[in-house]
Amino acid sequence: MPVNISTYQPFNLSLHLADNALILGHRNSEWTGHGPILEQDIAISNIALDLVGQARNFYQYAAKLMNESSVDGKENITEDTLAYHRDAWDFKNCLLVEQTNGDWAKTILRQFFFSLYQFYLYEQLQNSKDSTIAAISEKALKEVTYHVKWSSEWVIRLGDGTNESHERILKALDDLWKFTEELFIPADYELEAANKHVGIDPSLLKSKWFQKVIEIFEEATIPIDNLSGLHSIGFYGKEGKHSEHLGYILAEMQFVQRAYPNCEW
Amino acid sequence: MTITKNDIVKILSEVMDPEVPVLSIIDLGILRDVKIIDDRVEVIITPTYTGCPAMDMIQTNIRSVLEQNGFLNYKISTILSPAWTTDWMSEKGKEKLKSFGIAPPMPKQHICNPALFHEEEAIQCPLCQSYNTKMISRFGSTACKALYQCNDCHEPFDYFKCH
Repeated sequence: MPVNISTYQPFNLSLHLADNALILGHRNSEWTGHGPILEQDIAISNIALDLVGQARNFYQYAAKLMNESSVDGKENITEDTLAYHRDAWDFKNCLLVEQTNGDWAKTILRQFFFSLYQFYLYEQLQNSKDSTIAAISEKALKEVTYHVKWSSEWVIRLGDGTNESHERILKALDDLWKFTEELFIPADYELEAANKHVGIDPSLLKSKWFQKVIEIFEEATIPIDNLSGLHSIGFYGKEGKHSEHLGYILAEMQFVQRAYPNCEW
Repeated sequence: MTITKNDIVKILSEVMDPEVPVLSIIDLGILRDVKIIDDRVEVIITPTYTGCPAMDMIQTNIRSVLEQNGFLNYKISTILSPAWTTDWMSEKGKEKLKSFGIAPPMPKQHICNPALFHEEEAIQCPLCQSYNTKMISRFGSTACKALYQCNDCHEPFDYFKCH
């Protein structure tokens, strides 16, 4: 029997997870060919590849659910439909991942905050009652573990490096910290998915995440006195309300499909 | 003639990883199972990494060897769980990898533990066999490899990282 897809929790959760991974993957891919040194250009591009791979898996699942829910069985939604044919307000990614790359310190810190969040999230989601979400999470967790290791090493290297690298990571912290709160404020679909044991309530991840951030920051000699004061910026990407940056990302990422719908190469 | 699972596995042993062409999909542990129901063959594979770009080509190559051997009634299924691990790589595969100049993966450790931040494995140089090596980057020319350099013979090399 067809389900009402707009309120079906595995669908909304998959889209949210896919959008997070795609947008950060796209941001990271902007570094390809521009990395500070060849090895790190390769590293950030590899992380982009992992994230886009995760996004593909979640989009494929969301597309399958949409096709199954279609009343006449004639829908033909694919992963590409979901990535290229939705507008900013349809995207459920958090604000953190759409922030601009800035300098290497900002890119590193954004990756560290997000990978650490993904680590604790996937760790829980691999036990999801939805077997597809569980399987993708189990697989992605192994990749994210490397992202956490790599990005935390860089946070330490920059924080405990030269005066300039230290100043730059502090500036990045100033730019990005306000976007971390959203990760732990559940959207409706996250709470509903948690109630059905398909997802989890992300607020439960906050203390573990925060503890790890403190641990790495202490080693990186990044002052932690001011970290407690999380303040809301008043709107959430998870609910489709985005900063101005997402529109620019989509304009570039979706251009070919918008100009030549359904083209293939 | 009745087709057996072994017949199909033998045919599929010709399918190599396009990025590490000394390893077959069997050496890598990408081939998870083959099922034969009546005349229909189902080939079950799992990706190494979610974004591995070689997977599309591997599927195409599986199709091609099956069809060349006269099997037209088949299906390729992808499963994600249990997640692929380098522990599934055959011993023969590890030897082939080493003679190709890529350090084979160490036995899997508890890599899904962020507390292991700074513990590094001693990776043996595939060229001079020294364990006196250093990591250059956690990420190498493909998602599955890391970059190392030998402190003794000074050669840089790829390490097929444990996963």
